[in-house]
Amino acid sequence: MSEEAVQLSLPGFEQAHGGWRAEYSRQIGTDRVVKNRSGIEIKPLYTPRDWNGDAFLENLGFPGQYPYTRGIYPTMHRGRTWTQRQLIGLGTPEDYNKRVRVILDAGATAISLLPCNSGFRGVDCDAVDPLLLGTCGTVINTTDHMDRALDTVPLGKISTAMNDPSPFTLLAFLLAVAKRRGIPWTSITGTSNQSDYISHFIANHMFYRLSLSGARRVLLDHIEFCRKHVPGWNPVSVVGQHMQQAGATPVETMAFTISTALQYAQDCIDRGMDIDHVLRRFTFFFDISISFFEEVAKFRAGRRIWARLARERLGAKDPGSWRFKFHGQTSGVDLTVQQPLNNIARVAVQAMAGIMSGLQSLHTDAYDEAITTPTEETARIAVATQNILREEAHLCDVIDPLGGSYYVETLTDQMEQEMLALIGKIDDAGGMYKAAEAGLIQAMIGQSALAFQEKVESGEEKVIGVNCYQADNVAPAGRPTERPDFERMQRHVASFVAYKAERSQADVRRALDVLKRAAGSERENIYERIVEAAEVGVTHGEIVNLLREELGFGHPLVVV
Amino acid sequence: MTVSKLDPPARVLVTKIGLDGHDRGSRIVAAFLRDAGMEVIYTPPWQSIPAVVKLAMEEDVDVIGISSLATDHLIVPKLVDALRSAGLGHIGLIVGGIVPDDERPALLHAGVSAIFGPGSPRDEIIAHVAALAAKVREIKNAEFREIAQ
Repeated sequence: MSEEAVQLSLPGFEQAHGGWRAEYSRQIGTDRVVKNRSGIEIKPLYTPRDWNGDAFLENLGFPGQYPYTRGIYPTMHRGRTWTQRQLIGLGTPEDYNKRVRVILDAGATAISLLPCNSGFRGVDCDAVDPLLLGTCGTVINTTDHMDRALDTVPLGKISTAMNDPSPFTLLAFLLAVAKRRGIPWTSITGTSNQSDYISHFIANHMFYRLSLSGARRVLLDHIEFCRKHVPGWNPVSVVGQHMQQAGATPVETMAFTISTALQYAQDCIDRGMDIDHVLRRFTFFFDISISFFEEVAKFRAGRRIWARLARERLGAKDPGSWRFKFHGQTSGVDLTVQQPLNNIARVAVQAMAGIMSGLQSLHTDAYDEAITTPTEETARIAVATQNILREEAHLCDVIDPLGGSYYVETLTDQMEQEMLALIGKIDDAGGMYKAAEAGLIQAMIGQSALAFQEKVESGEEKVIGVNCYQADNVAPAGRPTERPDFERMQRHVASFVAYKAERSQADVRRALDVLKRAAGSERENIYERIVEAAEVGVTHGEIVNLLREELGFGHPLVVV
Repeated sequence: MTVSKLDPPARVLVTKIGLDGHDRGSRIVAAFLRDAGMEVIYTPPWQSIPAVVKLAMEEDVDVIGISSLATDHLIVPKLVDALRSAGLGHIGLIVGGIVPDDERPALLHAGVSAIFGPGSPRDEIIAHVAALAAKVREIKNAEFREIAQ
């Protein structure tokens, strides 16, 4: 707002502002420069001079209205609160089933599944050191395993989120189980929430299995397959989490994530898909750091940018395509091993940032996440944190409660500008696929990670218990670390090996041949063949291995 | 800061074994060891134990740093055994990342010289690696003199 305008609408503003400024300077002396994690300088006070609501309808509008800055639905959390989706997965399918039943008995309507690290690497349980099995997720390599993991789970009634990178074998096993149980695929709902292969190539290397071009094709086949056969499934979740965890700033993270979404959307358009069919099922997944106001501005700006790009650049006409639906996970990077109980406070602040940003689904980290895989007790506290914020702190009473804050609106605008500049830079590089292939994104993230680390080490960025307020005598939690029962796991591996020997080898060979042919022909849908293979007992490792041979092994590009 | 006084400089292999791919920590540690004057050999994640042993031998490293953020530390004792079988038992070994308290003794007992958790000061890591490398170099030199005589 111009000086004149402020003077006109707020008589006496200049004088009062000048008076405060003089008194502030007198008392504070030499002021320090404050910058947020994205490098934006933060002033000590924001006023109508910074933001005055001039472009209210254009830039903010109302919840459920374009450009959705204030939220994607008219009622937001006042109508329906976010989904509490805690990530679980440990041990054998039976171990998982035990845990999931407890969660469902407690009233959960959504579950998630995290596979074992061996699964993430694309191999079966008999191909790795048994000591490493099931320590971070569940060992699920076949349709039978999935059947046991989901025993008594009412598929078709609850939503399942699968941490299931390309080529999406977990969903294939799930669909095979549904068929066995006579549950129509049209009733299956949930999300392939690790479908963003570009984010794996760049930042979460553990999930990266197929070559870039191979993963690109499989994702498109997966999207087409789901649209045709599993319409309630979200085949695409664009993941900002990995990049922020790897060190990207909040501004970089949002820009990279939106550029990735633009890439996938454009790929679908180029395939001839109807953009409105595709975008309606796009979801996003982010880290929520403890940089509170910055996170709120990140999500508000991201929502606005996405709505405008989806409509104006991608040409989507359905408002459902413009809505930026996102799941947030409180960031494990901010948690400390030192004085671990402090992490409960950190998670609460991170969760508040996510809730006040209007997220659709939330995972709160357990306080021992920085040390180990959460136990039942620490996971319970993580869920209770969400309940406390909702029920006791009343965070759901008002929609977009920070909207209209001079600070938050100014920061939202500033971060939006920076994000748009970065998105433009990626456009200039030929889009996200090419920018990632060239290592451009990795280099930026690496620099940001190093810069942040240096700030922590110099003490400029304070971390309680790490570079300040250290305490010598804080006893660690003292509980023995929970590991999967080793003998049970060995039996699981032995039964898997026996299963492989006993199944119909002819069926397996035929399914793999068909899959191989599909991989070699652009006219066939690979994912259809993956699901068929799962149905006749082909294993996760066999499917990934074949596709690695046919479409190229996924080597992430590491830029040091 | 430059602390490595060895000539030629300490040679450090920074790597990850097992299944985990979180490499933010290993990249940062590799960068500051290099900036401290050491020669750093850095690998992508998911190295097999035999591959690490082979690389350590070929590169004649003084210290191996294993980064583990998702339970890969559980197989570090197997790496120690493999190094010893290959006649490389003198190489110093440190582990960085997340190792639960109750699982630390097993690693230290196996021969890991130090475990650096998240938030460990860089100077502490650099000083430890430099001292460890100096010790290893002495052993190597003594062996070399023995062979030469």
